[in-house]
Amino acid sequence: MKWFLDLFSSSLGRKVLMALTGIFLILFLAVHLAGNLQLLKDDAGKSFNIYADFMGHNPLIQLVSKGNFAFILLHAIWGIMLTIKNRKARGPQGYANPNKSSVWASRNMGILGTLILIFLVIHLKDFYAQAHFGSLSTQVYEGKEVTDLYTQVAYWFNVEWYVSLYVICMAALGFHLWHGFASAFQTLGLNHMKYNPVINFVGKTFAVVVPIAFAIIPIFMYLGISF
Amino acid sequence: MKITLKVWRQKDTNSKGAFKTYQHDHVSPDMSFLEMIDVLNEELTHKGEEPIAFDHDCREGICGMCSLYINGRPHGPLQTTTCQLHMRSFTDGQTITVEPWRASAFPVVKDLVVDRTAFDRIQQAGGYINVNTGGVPDANVIPIAKKIADEAFDAATCIGCGACVAACKNASAMLFVSAKVSQFALLPQGQVERKERAEKMVAQMDAEGFGSCTNTYACEAECPKGIKVTNIARMNREYFTAMLSSYQIETKGGGD
Repeated sequence: MKWFLDLFSSSLGRKVLMALTGIFLILFLAVHLAGNLQLLKDDAGKSFNIYADFMGHNPLIQLVSKGNFAFILLHAIWGIMLTIKNRKARGPQGYANPNKSSVWASRNMGILGTLILIFLVIHLKDFYAQAHFGSLSTQVYEGKEVTDLYTQVAYWFNVEWYVSLYVICMAALGFHLWHGFASAFQTLGLNHMKYNPVINFVGKTFAVVVPIAFAIIPIFMYLGISF
Repeated sequence: MKITLKVWRQKDTNSKGAFKTYQHDHVSPDMSFLEMIDVLNEELTHKGEEPIAFDHDCREGICGMCSLYINGRPHGPLQTTTCQLHMRSFTDGQTITVEPWRASAFPVVKDLVVDRTAFDRIQQAGGYINVNTGGVPDANVIPIAKKIADEAFDAATCIGCGACVAACKNASAMLFVSAKVSQFALLPQGQVERKERAEKMVAQMDAEGFGSCTNTYACEAECPKGIKVTNIARMNREYFTAMLSSYQIETKGGGD
């Protein structure tokens, strides 16, 4: 099994872990967004609460959710380790004029990732932890009692600094995805002139649309707009 | 033309370097960048000062010996080698900052000269093919698609100057190594050592202490020979395939 360890400790193999976990997290974002958009439904949180209850109790979703946490941690810790290793490769003496021949986001994935990680900690503390271990009130829909996560979300999405932080972090997520999406494919060696334009187009579109859609939710809830 | 030069001066690998500023009043726009330093060095020598050490050889843009990190870009503002850069690319009165390549794997030898033998060791690890002795084979006996041949030759134009490492924020050597892996992986002659080559060259690259690739593509933007990052993706494929499917070579010492 030495070859397996060699593969994943090589400079190329380390990046594969970043790419694979990154692609999984991209898929997660899409699913998460689809669920969150129900917050904007004009039904006092009924569909969102039923959805959140389903996600919190379905055994398969719970299993994927544990994997998701593991991947987030792996992506973050591995990313920090890679950043440190890469800084070392540059050496103690930096340039007086750093090179700027690349896209800004691509050079600052570590900073953008750290911002997203800080956001995740706050986000999980106020929503995930509250829903699973907190003492939130409940609502009864068609004879079934479910946790009223909607009221908790609505509370925070009425706090100005919270909404601002959310929007800023979504911008960071957008820049992170702007580089990360297509980058993951390049790392896995999936680079082909026939498919590159598709990967780039889907990646850039995803990086713009998904964070904006996420950010719209707290803004609209703050302004009291629902559909 | 009159220019101000801010040049990195460093006595040797172990001493601490610093920028030194020189006023250069006799610059012709038709001089190459290296000729401009030649003239300055002439003046310094006459004054009894130590001339600025820098690497150069063919001065025709094909040997890969010249380096210099000029105003934040390897080989300066044009996508060419420093020897092919002329002073007309700068303006009268401009301040030009000249630094050596910065990478742990490229230690400074003196002033602007860095030790790039790490590249040689990577090449020695696997950048070769075996050819049998005997009769000379017919040059056109192996059929190969024009497109593939072109791609291999494009990769083979890499002169190993190290601008990719210098431009990369991670001091990653992947553009260089991938060009060397690609030029053989694409051709029939390179098939015998194909897997072994990818494994060995990547292992040597890591041992030299170069960084990982984060796909910023600064290397491609700065490469004087226009080597494409598609080579890096190809190297990734070559390496993963090799690691997952090659025969594990076990070496045992002794013998008797």
